[in-house]
Amino acid sequence: MSEPALERLAAATPSGSPRRAIAMARPLSPAARLLLPLGAVLLALLLWQLAVTLTRTQVFPLPAEVARGFAELQRKGVLWSYAGDSLRRVGLGFGAAALLGIALGVPLGRAARLDRLVNPLIQLLRPISPLAWMPLAVIWFGLSDLAPTFLIFLAAFFPIVVATTSAVRTIPPAFFRAAGNFALPRGALLRRVLLPAILPRVLTGLRVALGIAWMVVVAAEMLGVDSGLGYLILDSRNAGKRYDLVIAGMLMIGAIGLLLDLGMRRLERLPAVRWGFQS
Amino acid sequence: MTVATARPATATTQPKVAIRGFGMTFATPDKQVEVLRGIDLDVAPGELVCVLGPSGCGKTTLLNVIAGFLAPSEGTVRIDGEPVAGPDPRRIFVFQERGVFPWLTVEGNIGFGLWRLSETERRARVAHYVRLVGLEGFERAYPQELSGGMKQRVEVARALAVDPDVLYLDEPFGALDSITRLQMRGELLRIQERERKTVLFVTHDIDESVQLADRVVVMSARPAQVRKIVEIDIPHPRDLSSRRYIELRDGIFAEIGLAHRV
Repeated sequence: MSEPALERLAAATPSGSPRRAIAMARPLSPAARLLLPLGAVLLALLLWQLAVTLTRTQVFPLPAEVARGFAELQRKGVLWSYAGDSLRRVGLGFGAAALLGIALGVPLGRAARLDRLVNPLIQLLRPISPLAWMPLAVIWFGLSDLAPTFLIFLAAFFPIVVATTSAVRTIPPAFFRAAGNFALPRGALLRRVLLPAILPRVLTGLRVALGIAWMVVVAAEMLGVDSGLGYLILDSRNAGKRYDLVIAGMLMIGAIGLLLDLGMRRLERLPAVRWGFQS
Repeated sequence: MTVATARPATATTQPKVAIRGFGMTFATPDKQVEVLRGIDLDVAPGELVCVLGPSGCGKTTLLNVIAGFLAPSEGTVRIDGEPVAGPDPRRIFVFQERGVFPWLTVEGNIGFGLWRLSETERRARVAHYVRLVGLEGFERAYPQELSGGMKQRVEVARALAVDPDVLYLDEPFGALDSITRLQMRGELLRIQERERKTVLFVTHDIDESVQLADRVVVMSARPAQVRKIVEIDIPHPRDLSSRRYIELRDGIFAEIGLAHRV
């Protein structure tokens, strides 16, 4: 139905009726899609400004001070290099988790016996926060880049294994039977049926895992590295209680996390996986 | 009901599919369920046989055994004289549209079984079968953009593209609306006219079986046995209001024990 038709429908029916509810569910206009979240951000900034001014706090910076903090970081040349360092660690840890997680999840989803063997161990390790591994990570990897990368790996690995295993288990048997009927060799079965069949749900798992990995990077960078957005926050607090820089670091993490998630959502629209994301 | 007609190639040549003393029993933890018992059936090359029975009577199980997806508990299934050892690309099972791969386009699906061919041969073959099932213009479409009937065409084309001797169709039009179903039957007969495959078609729809089949194998309830084999001696295209059509259809209704009234 076209938009004017929907509006006539909305106007013609009394409010509160089920029909009105249907008409209200129409998609937002592009302007509203942009202006509504922008308004929320402005409102949050305003409340922040008011709260700081009214309470006359000496510790918590004003929005403008944080903006100056950003400029300072930019001048020192650390803003982008720290963001790059954090992204590199997340990229490595998440990449390794994706490779190993899918490689383990596929056989777990296919072989009930193997699943019975390994799954209890996974379920035992899964609830342990990656941060609990910090002491061990330092023993194993020392004060190197590898320690935080390892923590990020752990954070991302388990969600990916679980998503892959359940995706493999829910492949409709008809797909395997059809492939078997065409006498597809084993390798081709994996490449041409199994992997494409699980891709949408694995992609969802990867998206969740990337979100967690990015959240963990801050804590992971408290492990004796001297760069990264997590280090920036810790260092700004320790060296001179620079809360403007702390908040600048936090906002940077939030913004990059948002972009990563948007990027993953973009992938969901690719033709090879789009079928898995339709209600 | 039994009609003696001169049918080509039933008695003289070797049957394409020969089923002897076939029975199937499934073991559940607390009991044995006998699904099929003592089935004997021959299907001639190029023949279209409908297996007709009530839902849950085991006709799909029968088809799965003939196709090699299940091993029989008793008896033998031979194709061209050879015992069936497993699924085989010379004999393709067509599912209800569920078997279409959603991550592949229409072209990708139809060419799925042709990986042995060269790129040019594959293209030519795919184009031929796209045309045969009337999907020109939808080559690049994904299954979720197609209607149920179109997805079913993709399945049939994918099966035909590997040029099998035998097609197994398991209620292929069961999920379609009645108008599309009627069209698809016409399409199947048109394709069968050209391709002359041996077709085993499982259905619970009496009209469907009388419209399509050379012979209808009427199954009983569980444990399913062959109640009767009815030869449909009406030439194609079949007139669905002809006396002979109604006579044969009502005969099957009576055989199953249904009064032909609603």
